[in-house]
Amino acid sequence: MTESPRPTLPDGPGHFGRFGGRFMPEALIAPLDEITREWEAAQTDPGFRDELDRMLREYANVPSPLYEAHRFSEAVGARILLKREDLNHTGAHKIRNVIGQALLAKRIGKPRCIAETGAGQHGVASATACAYLDLECTVYMGEVDTERQALNVARMRMLGAEVVPVRTGSRTLKDAINEALRDWVTTVDTTHYLFGTAAGPHPFPTMVRELTRGIGDEARAQCLELTSRLPDAAVACVGGGSNAIGLFAGFVDDADVRLVGIEAGGDGVETGRHAATITAGDIGVLHGARSFLLQDEDGQTIESHSISAGLDYPGVGPEHAHLADTGRAEYRPATDAQAMAAFDLLCKTEGIIPAIESAHALAGAVMLAEELGPEATILVNLSGRGDKDVHTAATWFGLFDEAGEGQ
Amino acid sequence: MSVIDDLFARTRAENRAALVGYLPAGYPTIERSINAIRAMVEAGVDLVEVGLPYSDPVMDGPTIQVAAQAALDSGVRVDDVFSVVEASAAVAPTVVMTYWNPVERRGVDRFAADLAAAGGAGLITPDLIPDEGVDWDRASRAHGLDRIYLVSPSSTDERLAMTAEASSGFVYATAVMGVTGQRAQTSDLAPELVARLRAVTDKPVGVGLGVSDGRQAHEVAAFADAVIVGSALVRRLIDHPDEEEALASLRELAADLRAGVERD
Repeated sequence: MTESPRPTLPDGPGHFGRFGGRFMPEALIAPLDEITREWEAAQTDPGFRDELDRMLREYANVPSPLYEAHRFSEAVGARILLKREDLNHTGAHKIRNVIGQALLAKRIGKPRCIAETGAGQHGVASATACAYLDLECTVYMGEVDTERQALNVARMRMLGAEVVPVRTGSRTLKDAINEALRDWVTTVDTTHYLFGTAAGPHPFPTMVRELTRGIGDEARAQCLELTSRLPDAAVACVGGGSNAIGLFAGFVDDADVRLVGIEAGGDGVETGRHAATITAGDIGVLHGARSFLLQDEDGQTIESHSISAGLDYPGVGPEHAHLADTGRAEYRPATDAQAMAAFDLLCKTEGIIPAIESAHALAGAVMLAEELGPEATILVNLSGRGDKDVHTAATWFGLFDEAGEGQ
Repeated sequence: MSVIDDLFARTRAENRAALVGYLPAGYPTIERSINAIRAMVEAGVDLVEVGLPYSDPVMDGPTIQVAAQAALDSGVRVDDVFSVVEASAAVAPTVVMTYWNPVERRGVDRFAADLAAAGGAGLITPDLIPDEGVDWDRASRAHGLDRIYLVSPSSTDERLAMTAEASSGFVYATAVMGVTGQRAQTSDLAPELVARLRAVTDKPVGVGLGVSDGRQAHEVAAFADAVIVGSALVRRLIDHPDEEEALASLRELAADLRAGVERD
């Protein structure tokens, strides 16, 4: 398992500096305490760790390989290494988190899991883990998202999950989280909330980091083996921030490795239509933690915009807020257009169709390559594959022969 | 002594529970929400809980969500909430129920100052626990406002004691595990929760979540110091687009509840 030193944060109540904590109804505090206790016990239980590692290895295809992208490197002008999380079962890093939490739910004795999903990736991963571990599964998904991601709705149902379209508020991811929380406060005796990202109330940001830190720990060892040195920069896309916090966890103590989070710049931060929470948001409280968020003058949440459904969230995990605050990590936006250009480049140079989320990280690598030059080694977390995005990308690039094809 | 302390001294002397009525500011309009508050106070509501409409109300069921969203869609701002509080405080003790981000966004001290200036008596904070309430504790004391925290059937005895200690005015006991909304029966978890609270505090206890008529109010008044009603009142406004009908319906329910909170 992990050899790198663990970050010392959060503190006992779950604060990362001035961020994090628990802004939740009192009714959920005892259940959150229970998860905290059980998670801490599970982490020091060799039986739990062994079983989780076995499942990840045999079922999820983890550890994922580190791949030197020669032709992409040549095209962008720096040495680019890709952490191939796209090769995991279900096609993204998210399987690491859901298997871990589903196994924890089993350990606590909860027969049912609920999850929120935006694009449907976390929903599909949750439905998968619940089928694998024989748990009931209900997934909340904004009605707008169920319409634009109908294939993922079918996937979840195929895997035995109930999918509940959420018709309140803006009918997107944030409202799916609200509805999942309302379910949870009502059913908490039998139900674990399988939270999908490194946000939310303590202990979720920490637990999700620890469940995804394999990305960074593996990549660090793989990079040393391949190149005999650490990368100059480690780059990941940031929505809620689970893949990025997992990558960063492996390098946070290596002061010479720049940690770079790429946020969804949408139409451009200056247009107001984006999801660049740290770049352009303000400090506030949303979904249980203090962090950066997109909000109006009154503290009402503002809807985010991104071509990537997985990054289309007006909040961000509190540890990212802290890493930005302390300067240990830097966050910058990549627009839809920059992400899609990088998407195209990876397709054409490497024969890899990335998730549009991950294409934002690739766009970040393009920017960094220009800044750092040909001697630089840039590690990019290729957090997911693009099968789910074929329709969106084909529309973007105008690849359908006639209007209506592929609809 | 806050106006809320005075209220409980009076209802205790009258051998009844206090009736707390919730309505969201600005639904269906600012003026009509003020008229609705006046109507329910005239019909017997002792303490008004003005809801601050918020984009992400995780503790609220469909009824209050619909009203809050409609208020937001019509352009209601936090400043408007203070106007409603001012009008309400002229007729009855008034607190604001708000999720935490709008308070933090305005600045905790500024929010407290504005609330006090409007005549508000305190805040009910459904997603703020005392553990995170350091700034609010300081600001509320500075401006003479009450801190009404929630407790739940899932709260440990230790947390009940800590939360009651941090609260002032009264402690808000949520009767069920769930969100706001009408329920056919009162919760059997509520008497036990109130009994556990009584073991750790002398502060008044209000019971809310799920109370919707005089009969239920009467059951709850037998063991609680205040009966808190929200969704059932809001429902009367949603169901009656005509203002006169809405106010009549609201008065009828408030009077029924007010009769209910009398003890045998």
